[in-house]
Amino acid sequence: MTDTLLEIDHLSVDYETGRGDLKALRDITFDVNKGEIVGIVGESGCGKSTLISSILRLTAPNTRFREGEIRFKGQDLLQSSERHMRELRGADISIVFQDPMQTHNPVLTIGQQMLDIQHRSKQSKPDKLAHAAKMLGAVGIPDPEARLKQYPHEFSGGMRQRIAIAMALMSEPDLLIADEPTTALDATLEVQIIERLQELQREFHCAILFISHHLGVIAELCERVVVMYAGAVVESGEVREIFHNPKHPYTRRLIECDPGHIKERARVLPTIPGEVPDLANLPGGCIFRDRCDQAMARCATEVPPLDQLKEGHHAACWLNHEEVTT
Amino acid sequence: MEKSRSELGQIIIGVARDPLGLMGLIIVGVIVFCAIFAYWIVPYDPIAMDIKSRLQGPSAAHLLGTDQLGRDTFSRVIAGGQVALKVALPAVFGAMAIGLTLGMIAGYGPKWLDNLLMLFFDTIRSFPTVMFALAVVALIGPSLQTVVFVVMATSIPTYGRVARTQTLTLRNSEFILAERSMGASMARILGVHMLPNIIGVLAVLAAMDIPTVIALEAGLSFLGLGVKPPTPSWGALLKDGYSLIRQTPWLVVGGGLPIILATLGFTFLGESLRDVVDPKLRKQR
Repeated sequence: MTDTLLEIDHLSVDYETGRGDLKALRDITFDVNKGEIVGIVGESGCGKSTLISSILRLTAPNTRFREGEIRFKGQDLLQSSERHMRELRGADISIVFQDPMQTHNPVLTIGQQMLDIQHRSKQSKPDKLAHAAKMLGAVGIPDPEARLKQYPHEFSGGMRQRIAIAMALMSEPDLLIADEPTTALDATLEVQIIERLQELQREFHCAILFISHHLGVIAELCERVVVMYAGAVVESGEVREIFHNPKHPYTRRLIECDPGHIKERARVLPTIPGEVPDLANLPGGCIFRDRCDQAMARCATEVPPLDQLKEGHHAACWLNHEEVTT
Repeated sequence: MEKSRSELGQIIIGVARDPLGLMGLIIVGVIVFCAIFAYWIVPYDPIAMDIKSRLQGPSAAHLLGTDQLGRDTFSRVIAGGQVALKVALPAVFGAMAIGLTLGMIAGYGPKWLDNLLMLFFDTIRSFPTVMFALAVVALIGPSLQTVVFVVMATSIPTYGRVARTQTLTLRNSEFILAERSMGASMARILGVHMLPNIIGVLAVLAAMDIPTVIALEAGLSFLGLGVKPPTPSWGALLKDGYSLIRQTPWLVVGGGLPIILATLGFTFLGESLRDVVDPKLRKQR
């Protein structure tokens, strides 16, 4: 247990709304070990962002933590004081956001912003600037000293995202959360950013929680992957295992729908038919039932538990139980 | 520091390129110059009386003539400009500082605090300025400080509301979330990250507000609620001139013209500044 960095333990989060409680996350359980890259995949609205903001405790005011714990280095973050959380943010846990065009203050130079996030450090200003320049160099920004004097709008999207990564890694955090860091970038830049992240991860030995809906990126980067659907974990395990031997119909369909997996030319890209259920008014039984082509009678009545199928591979589907019983 | 100076330089160049802005810049420059160096410019002591040469017209000795007590009108106009700026600048910048702080707290803080501060702003705004001034003067007596206080108190809500709105739009922007996720405290977010985003808009507002305040000071002095009699003020000049208009028109000219010029100058400057600082606003016009 000593090498476990982040444990999410039966976490349930609701949003209080006018229509009743929106069950954004239900019974989420997974771990991130030290120095490990874990991917989270799922379509829009599956609760990825709620999960991240819950870890950082930067949630909307109508968020209610109903159950479960988020343990970081053994300490429950949901019980921590606001002050303790602020000390963790940007020091032990940092985050890279999705849209690099929005994450920098438009009226301050990159240097001023990088100085500002070192506010905890007791170093002198020239030392801090040197550190900032070193970090910019590490993410591959040429001529970093001169670039520190420039404003965010003078950088391209890819450069801004690299600057955001540099800022996030500046305090050498133990956990880096990357919230779809490549979604707003084009494919070439995406590869560059992913490669850079891999290099930096080796250099800084931080764990990365990588959120994406791009399966190719997850396969490239991560060791383990958590598949989420409508606020619940449907399958988790090692990347190779999940991609070659998916045990949940949702994962299977997701892989089939990935453009990288399509062999033949098709007029229409494959999709998963149906819609995500209304989280404020959840149906009983399995949440994926309505869209699943292998749904059974049992799926309508009982919620399938997230069971361990083999070492390091969990899935929540009754199909796997049938295999065991028959 | 060098960077911000060059930015200020760019703003000044931008204003000077605009003909109205240049005019505003020149008028404001002359007024500020006269106010700073008033002591050396005035040919006579502005409050020294010379009964023998009272109510004279313009001459080489008295450029704008003299008033009913033989005081040199030109000297009183120059010294009055000093008084006008002494009221306008502290009042506007004081109101801006307080309004900015309260507005940012209202915009960023909890909902109940926002409601409380908005109630406070609306309460102040609901008083007509002159009525409020009358009440305050009745309470603590007319003086320069009273005028500054009245003007400041009545303009805090304007700055507060603008600062609040700006903060509200910024508080949900992604870069503020990014700062919070980097462990920045509320003071750091407001002071380091919000302030530079808001200050430009408020500076423009302040520049546009200065003529209002100058006119208000003159108005209060005209009503006898402003600075005390021997102190020269444009409003007081106008008041004296008003009652003596049959004897000499030069007092009214001496009091009125600088008010018009100052108001125009600061308004031109403010509008031009607004266009330079925020190009988005120019398109809307």
